[in-house]
Amino acid sequence: MHAEMAPLPALAIDGVSKCFVAGDKRITALSETSLQVQAGKISGLIGPDGAGKTTLMRLTAGLLLPDSGQIRVLGVDAVSDPLQVQSAVGYMPQRFGLYEDLSVQENLDLYADLQGVPKAERPARYRELMQMTALAPFTRRLAGRLSGGMKQKLGLACTLVRTPRLLLLDEPTVGVDPVSRRELWAIITRLVRQQGVSVLLSTAYLNEAERCDDVILMQEGRMLGHDSPKSYSESMRGRTFHISSSALARRSLQNRVSALQGIIDAVIENEKVRVVTSRAEMPAIASAVPEATDIRIEPAEPVFEDAFVARLKSTAAVTGAWLPPGHVVAAAAGPVIQVTDVQRRFGDFYAVRDVSFSVQRGEVFGLLGANGAGKSTTFRMLCGLLPASAGELRVAGRDLRRAAADARSRLGYMAQHFSLYVNLTVLENLNFFARAYGLDRSRRKRRIAWALEAFELADHAGIDSGDLSLGYKQRLAMAAALLHEPDILFLDEPTSGVDPLARREFWQRINALAESGVTVLVTTHFMDEADYCDRLLIMAEGEVLAQGTPAEMKAHFRSEALPAPTMEDAFIGLIERHAQNKGVAA
Amino acid sequence: MKQGAAMRMRLRGMIRKESLQVLRDPSSIAIAFVMPLVLLLLFGYGVSLDARYVRIALVVEQADANTAGFTGAFAHSDYFVPQLYNNIQQAEQALMEHRVDGIVWLRNDFSARLLTGGAAPIGVFVNGVDANQSRITKGYIQGVWQVWLAGYAREQGQEPAEPVALEPRVWFNAALRSRDFLVPGLIAVIMTLTGAMLTSMVVAREWERGTMEALMVTPIRIWEITLGKLLPYFVLGMGGMLLSVAMALWLFEVPLRGSFWLLAGSSALFMLVALGMGLLISTVARSQFVAGQIALVATFLPAFILSGFIFQIGSMPEPVRVITHIVPARYFVAILQTLFMAGDIWPVIAANSAALFVMMLLFLGLVRRKARKRLD
Repeated sequence: MHAEMAPLPALAIDGVSKCFVAGDKRITALSETSLQVQAGKISGLIGPDGAGKTTLMRLTAGLLLPDSGQIRVLGVDAVSDPLQVQSAVGYMPQRFGLYEDLSVQENLDLYADLQGVPKAERPARYRELMQMTALAPFTRRLAGRLSGGMKQKLGLACTLVRTPRLLLLDEPTVGVDPVSRRELWAIITRLVRQQGVSVLLSTAYLNEAERCDDVILMQEGRMLGHDSPKSYSESMRGRTFHISSSALARRSLQNRVSALQGIIDAVIENEKVRVVTSRAEMPAIASAVPEATDIRIEPAEPVFEDAFVARLKSTAAVTGAWLPPGHVVAAAAGPVIQVTDVQRRFGDFYAVRDVSFSVQRGEVFGLLGANGAGKSTTFRMLCGLLPASAGELRVAGRDLRRAAADARSRLGYMAQHFSLYVNLTVLENLNFFARAYGLDRSRRKRRIAWALEAFELADHAGIDSGDLSLGYKQRLAMAAALLHEPDILFLDEPTSGVDPLARREFWQRINALAESGVTVLVTTHFMDEADYCDRLLIMAEGEVLAQGTPAEMKAHFRSEALPAPTMEDAFIGLIERHAQNKGVAA
Repeated sequence: MKQGAAMRMRLRGMIRKESLQVLRDPSSIAIAFVMPLVLLLLFGYGVSLDARYVRIALVVEQADANTAGFTGAFAHSDYFVPQLYNNIQQAEQALMEHRVDGIVWLRNDFSARLLTGGAAPIGVFVNGVDANQSRITKGYIQGVWQVWLAGYAREQGQEPAEPVALEPRVWFNAALRSRDFLVPGLIAVIMTLTGAMLTSMVVAREWERGTMEALMVTPIRIWEITLGKLLPYFVLGMGGMLLSVAMALWLFEVPLRGSFWLLAGSSALFMLVALGMGLLISTVARSQFVAGQIALVATFLPAFILSGFIFQIGSMPEPVRVITHIVPARYFVAILQTLFMAGDIWPVIAANSAALFVMMLLFLGLVRRKARKRLD
C-alpha cells in the first residue's frame, strides 16, 4: 500500500461479466474482468475480434448493463447513474454517428446543443476544433461528402465540443489512411498532454499500441495483461530475430521458416524476415533452407507486436501445404496486367488520370493511397466493371474493352466488404459461387472440398455466413474467390477491420499463392502490409505519385534525422510532397 | 447553466436536426409529401365505387311503341350506355367478350303480355365477376324499370300496381359520389403514413447509421430524444392533413359540414396515436427495412383495409369486424366521414375520440416504458 493517496482512476471496472443471448446461443463477451484506467493517460485496448473491447466501451458509456460487477467512471457508478456518466465522458463509437445529410457546421451545432455548450463559448471552441482537425475550409460541406479520414476527424471534433474528462474511442483509426491516422493521434496526444483528458481507445493497429501509455491486452472476454508497451516488448527480449539471405527471396524464406518448430511468427519486414521464437534462442534453420547459403541471423529489437503475437498465437499456423500439391500457374509471356495511360472521368472530374503500370506473373502488387485517391476506380476498371475514358487495360493478355468477360474468368475478386450472402450457410455460399463461375459437377465437388479443408471451414459449413466472425468471413470470401483457380487475384482492402492475427494468416495464404505463380493485386491501408508487396504504386487524387519496390520508396526518405524510414514515413512523405507541389503550382 | 435552459437547448438542437434531415432526404419528402399527393389524386380522380356509364345490351326481339318507351328510359339515364341487339345470342357474345356489362332482354311477347295485363317478365343478366359493381348495376336497372313502369301506368290512367311506393332519399351524400367519402377517409391513411411509417423508419435509420449510439452517450434524456422525434413529425403529419383538407375542399369539392376546429383537434389526437405506433415500432426494429415492413403490415394496410375507409366495416364478417376495433384508423375514419358529410354529430365524435384517446395513452405509455438509453 502506498502511503500517499493514489489519484482517482478515470475508470474502475471490478469483476464485470457480460453475456449476450442470441437465439439458443450464449456468448460471453466479458468474464470477471477487473481493470483500472489511470487518469491523464492514454490507455489502449488491444485484442483480436471477439475480445470484448466494444462491450467494455459500451458498458463504460452506460449503454449496457453488466450481468455482475461494478463499473465506476470518474467515481460515478455507471449502472445506477448512467446519465451523469454520459455528461462527463465523450464517446466515439466504431462507426461514429455523423449525420451525413447535415453539414460539418450543423453536426457541430447539434452536438454543442446536446452537450449544453453555452452559445458565447462556441465560436472560440469551434475555431479551436476546426484548426485542430484542419476542417475549417469545409464547414459548409455535408458530412457525407467528406473523405473517410475527414469524417473520423469531424466525429472526434463532435465528441470534443465540450472537453470530456474521459474520452472513449472505439477503433477510431479503422479504415483511415495513414496521413489522417497520424493527425488523429496528434489530436489525441495533445488533449491528454495539455488538457489532462483521460483516454481509453481500442485499436486493431498493433503499431499504435506503442503510442499508448498503457496497454490492456484482451482475448475472448478476458484480460491477458495490463502494462506499459515497453514492458510488453521487454518481455520478448532475446526471442526476436531478423533473418536474411541474398540467395533466397524474402517471401520464400518467410514461407519456409514459418513452417519450422519453435517459430511462432515470421513476417516480412523491410528486406528481411522478422522471426519470433518460442524460447530465447534461435532454432537451427540452416538445414531447412539449404539453398540460402549466406543466411544471416541477427537479434532484432523487440516491439509490442511481438509480445501480442507470442501471447495470442501458439504456432505460425498456415503453411504452404494448404495449396494442392503441384498447383503452379503456367508461365506467361510478358506482363499479366498491363495498364497504359488510363484515364477515368466523371463529368469533368478526373477520378484517375494517366495511370500506367504493369504486373508480372507471381508478383504481389500493391495499390496505395489515401481515401479518394482513385484506387477503387482503378480496381473497377481492371475488373471490367467500369470502362476507361481513355487508355488501355490488358488483363491476362486480353483487352478489357473487347474481352472483359473472358478476362474476368481468369481472375478472382475479393471485394472490400466481403460480398457474401449472409443468410446462406458457408456451404451454400461456396456452392453458389462455384456455380456462378460455371464449375462442372465433379470440379465443383473437388474445389469445395478443398476450400472447406484448406480454410478450416469444415466445422462451420452449416453456419450462416452472417454469423461468422470477421476473420472467418474473410476466409470464406477468399475461398469463394479462389474456387475457379484463377491466375490473377484482385483484393480490395481485404484486411480492413480484420484483427492482426487473421491478417497474418491471410498474408501467409497470399504469399503461398504468389509462390505458386498467382498474380496478386491488392489495396490496403496497413503500411506494414505494403511492405509485403513486391512492388507498389502510390496514388493521390487520381495520379501516380511513385512506383517501385518498398525499399526504393523508403530510400527516397532516408535522412540524417530518419536513418531507417518506415513505409508509413515514405507514404506520408510522398503525400505531403504532393500537397506542397500542388500548393506551389496553385 | 440551469437545468431547464440546457434541456431546451438539447430539444431545440434535436428538432432543428430532424427538420433539416427531412428537408434534405428525398425519401422523407417522398413519404411525407409525394405519396399523399399521389394517393389524393388517385382516389379523388381515379378510383370510383359508383356505377356510371355502364355499358348495357338491350335485346328487343320485337320492337314497338312499348319497347321504345322502355329503351328510351335507359338511353336517357346518366348511368347507362345502351346498345341495341336483335337477339340474345349476340348480346351473350358481347357480354362474354366484355363489350357490355349487362343484358336487358325483352322477349317478343313483351308488348302482348303487357297489353293483356298479365305479367310481362324482362330478363336481366349482369356480369357478376365484380360482385360490387354487378349489385349496383342490378339496382340501377331495377330503378330504371320502376320509373318506366310508373310512367307507363300513369299513361294508361291506372294507379301504380304496388300499393306501397318506395321513394328513396339519400342523406349526407345525395349525389352518391364515392369521392365525398373516400377523400376524407384518405386523411387517416396519409397521417398513418407520416406518423407511423416515416417516423419508425427515421428512427431505424439512426440505428443503422450508428448515430443513435453516439446520440445516447450525450447528456440527452431518452424522453428528450422521443420528444425531439415526435414534434417535427407531428408538424409534418398535420401538414399532410391540411394539404388533404385543402385538396378535398377546393379540388374535389367535398363539402365540410362539421367544424374545422373539431377536425383539426381530432386529427391532432389521431396523429399522436400514429406517432405512438411509429415510435413503438422503432423500439424493436433497428433496420429501416424491418421498420418499414412492420409499419406497412401493422399500421398502413389496416388503415387502408380495416378502417372503413373503402370497405364498410358493417359488411365484414364477424371476426374481421372484431379485429377492426384495434385499428386506430377505424375511429378516425368514422370521425372524418361524420365531420365532412354529416356535421358535428357529437355522440359519434365523442365516442370515437375517446377510443383514440385511450389508444394514444396506450401507445405513448408503451413507448415510455420500452424506450431506454441502452443497447441491450
